[in-house]
Amino acid sequence: MRIGAIGEEDAILIFRAIGASAVPAITADQITAGLHRLYQDGVPVVFITEAAARLVPEAMQKYDQMSGMAVIPIPGIRGSDGYGAQRVKESVIKAIGADILVNQEGNEG
Amino acid sequence: MAVLHVNPTRMELTGMKRRLATARRGHKLLKDKRDELVRRFIILVRENHVLRAKVEEELGEALMDFALARAVMEPGALRQALLYPAREASITVGQRSILSVRVPEYHISEGSLSKSRLPYGMADTSAQLDNAITTIANALPNLIRLAETEKTCILLADEIQKTRRRVNALEYVMIPQFEDTIRYITMKLEENERSALTRLMKVKSMIEQRTT
Repeated sequence: MRIGAIGEEDAILIFRAIGASAVPAITADQITAGLHRLYQDGVPVVFITEAAARLVPEAMQKYDQMSGMAVIPIPGIRGSDGYGAQRVKESVIKAIGADILVNQEGNEG
Repeated sequence: MAVLHVNPTRMELTGMKRRLATARRGHKLLKDKRDELVRRFIILVRENHVLRAKVEEELGEALMDFALARAVMEPGALRQALLYPAREASITVGQRSILSVRVPEYHISEGSLSKSRLPYGMADTSAQLDNAITTIANALPNLIRLAETEKTCILLADEIQKTRRRVNALEYVMIPQFEDTIRYITMKLEENERSALTRLMKVKSMIEQRTT
C-alpha cells in the first residue's frame, strides 16, 4: 500500500518523488477532504505538515482513534514548530498523568 | 458509607461476598494490565521521542535542499521531473497485539528501499534536487518507524486511560460499596439474632413466672 502526504505544496512535493500520494492542501476544508480521500483509498500512513495539522484538530482527533490510518505530523518548510512533539506529550500526560519526557531531556542536558 | 440497596438476608450476603471476590480479582488483573501497558508505553514513547528528533532533522535537510532546488529550477520543470516517481513508497500493514490492544505494524516493501533511483534525467534538474530526494529516501525507514511508534503510543494512551478508570472505579467505588454492604448485612443479621434471643429469654421468664 502506498503512503500519503498532505499539506502545503512546497513541503510535500518532495514526497511525490519517493512515490507517495501527495495531496496539496492549504485550507482546513481542503485538508479534511484530502484526509478523507486518502482514508477512502486505504492509505495506512499519512504524513501531514504541522501547519496543516494545526488547522484541523477535529480530523486529527478522529483519525487518532481509528486504527486504520496513522496521521503523523512532520515539520513543514519552515522547520518544526513543536506540534508533533506536543502531540506525543499530550498522549503521555493522558496515559501517565505527568510529562515524563521533560525529565528525560533534563537528564540529557 | 455507601450501602447498596439490598435486603439484609443470608442469600444476599452470599451473593455480595461472591461479587466482592470477583471485583477483587478483576481489580488485581486490571491493575497488572495497567502497569504492563504503562511500562511498554514508556519504552515506546522514549523511542518515539528520539526518532522524532532524528526524522525532523533529516526532513529539515531534505526540505532545505528542495527549497534550493525550487529556487534554481523553473516550477514547470520541477513538477515535470517529479511527475512520475521511479520508486514506490509502499508498505505492508500488519497487526500486533499489545495486551489485546490492536496496534499496526508497518513494513517497507523491498522496492521502496533501492538507492539512488531518481525519477528524472540529469539534464534539466539541479543537484540540490538529487540531494533532497536521496535524503528523504534514506529517511523513509525512520519515517515509517516513527509512524508506527506514534500510532502505537496514541492507541496505548487511550487504552491506559480506559484501564486506569476501570481500576479506580473498582478500587474506590465498587469494592468499598461491596464491603460496606456486607458489613451492613452482617450487622443486621446479628442484630436480628440478638433480638430473637432476647425475645426467647423474655418469653421463657414470663412462662416461668406464670407457672410458679
